[in-house]
Amino acid sequence: MEHEGERTDGWALYEIFIRARAGLDHKHVGSVHATDARMALEHARDVYTRRQEGISIWVVRSADILASDPADADALFEPARDKVYRHPTFYDIPDEVKTL
Amino acid sequence: MYTQGLDAAGREPAPPDAASDAEREARFQARVDAEEKIEPKDWMPEAYRRTLIRQISQHAHSEIVGMLPEGNWITRAPSLLRKTILMAKVQDEGGHGAYLYAAAETLGVSREELVDQLLDGRAKYSSIFNYPTLTWADIGAIGWLVDGAAIMNQIPLCRCSYGPYARAMVRICKEESFHQRQGFEIMLKLARGATAQKNMAQDALNRWWWPSLMMFGPSDVDSKHSAQSMRWKIKRFSNDELRQKFVDFTAPQAEFLGLAVPDPELAWDESTQHYRFGSIDWREFEDVLKGHGPCNRERLEARRKAHEDGRWVREAAVAHAAKRAATARVAA
Repeated sequence: MEHEGERTDGWALYEIFIRARAGLDHKHVGSVHATDARMALEHARDVYTRRQEGISIWVVRSADILASDPADADALFEPARDKVYRHPTFYDIPDEVKTL
Repeated sequence: MYTQGLDAAGREPAPPDAASDAEREARFQARVDAEEKIEPKDWMPEAYRRTLIRQISQHAHSEIVGMLPEGNWITRAPSLLRKTILMAKVQDEGGHGAYLYAAAETLGVSREELVDQLLDGRAKYSSIFNYPTLTWADIGAIGWLVDGAAIMNQIPLCRCSYGPYARAMVRICKEESFHQRQGFEIMLKLARGATAQKNMAQDALNRWWWPSLMMFGPSDVDSKHSAQSMRWKIKRFSNDELRQKFVDFTAPQAEFLGLAVPDPELAWDESTQHYRFGSIDWREFEDVLKGHGPCNRERLEARRKAHEDGRWVREAAVAHAAKRAATARVAA
């Protein structure tokens, strides 16, 4: 099926993720248009790493990403709100107990 | 950047809840007032979406057209270093255009549609790029004044209520600082050089000063989009406030260069702690916006030619990708 914004002329939108330094996660930085993933990688290199912003690039076709809907935010994330016992600060430990 | 492609699941948009548009608009405004960022898939008033598409695309077009006056000097830069710097700067402008088109696309408009609007003359871009670059000093003046004015406009946009636009502006502002400093350094070299060089710098300042002040847009009393954009926190300061700030920053820099700002009324006002300056020729501004500036036709023709000349490359890229995909399928 054809998606909103999906191009029909052989070009597609790719989302770009960059690892800034070894030890860090890849982070979303933007998007580029390309005819295939390899071209997306080349464009991402020119558009997003002109000043040594990265040592590694991932490209993903935008159409292949499934994103949650903001309208579902409550259903998805609200259940975590009242589970304070999942955090270490929930528990009262006497001061004299060390290294806990 | 969080593109419209993220709707790829093929799911129907959530059915409208019972809330009326007025209620949704009130909720939206409350989020904006609380300095929350609005993201692409969030509900937003149609007018907010339209305003952003107009502003972000005009901004993108300005970056792209802005490559032309400077590109004019790449082959004639006075040294190899200046040439590499100028190429890096012009490449940045292209990159800024790309970030901004991507931000506009998150609002549900395609880049092709925006580019078409530029090429057929429906879309506006910054009036400043319709002035010619006659001498090398113009490259210095553009970096110092034009990029300086752009930074003044763009720094508040880093806090704009629309997430993708704000994030694009953070990246752009980091890079603009290099543009402004390299421009000032060119002016400094010329101002401290031979008499002919100093005259060249003065001439460039004479020609670029007033058009740079016009970059902030019409004065507050005549600015038709300002009030709503301020409410939506797309805009944080008025045109006149930013213009004043620019004059306050720039006048002492001109003095440092030993160059004269072409405004006999420019003077420090001790009581307001600001510079006073003369009135702007708004007729010139309107004329340039309407297409009657010195280079409007040339700029659009250059963009159209580049677009047409690039057509075969775009088509060849599609054919190449298709062929490679077919080969990969056979091999598999």
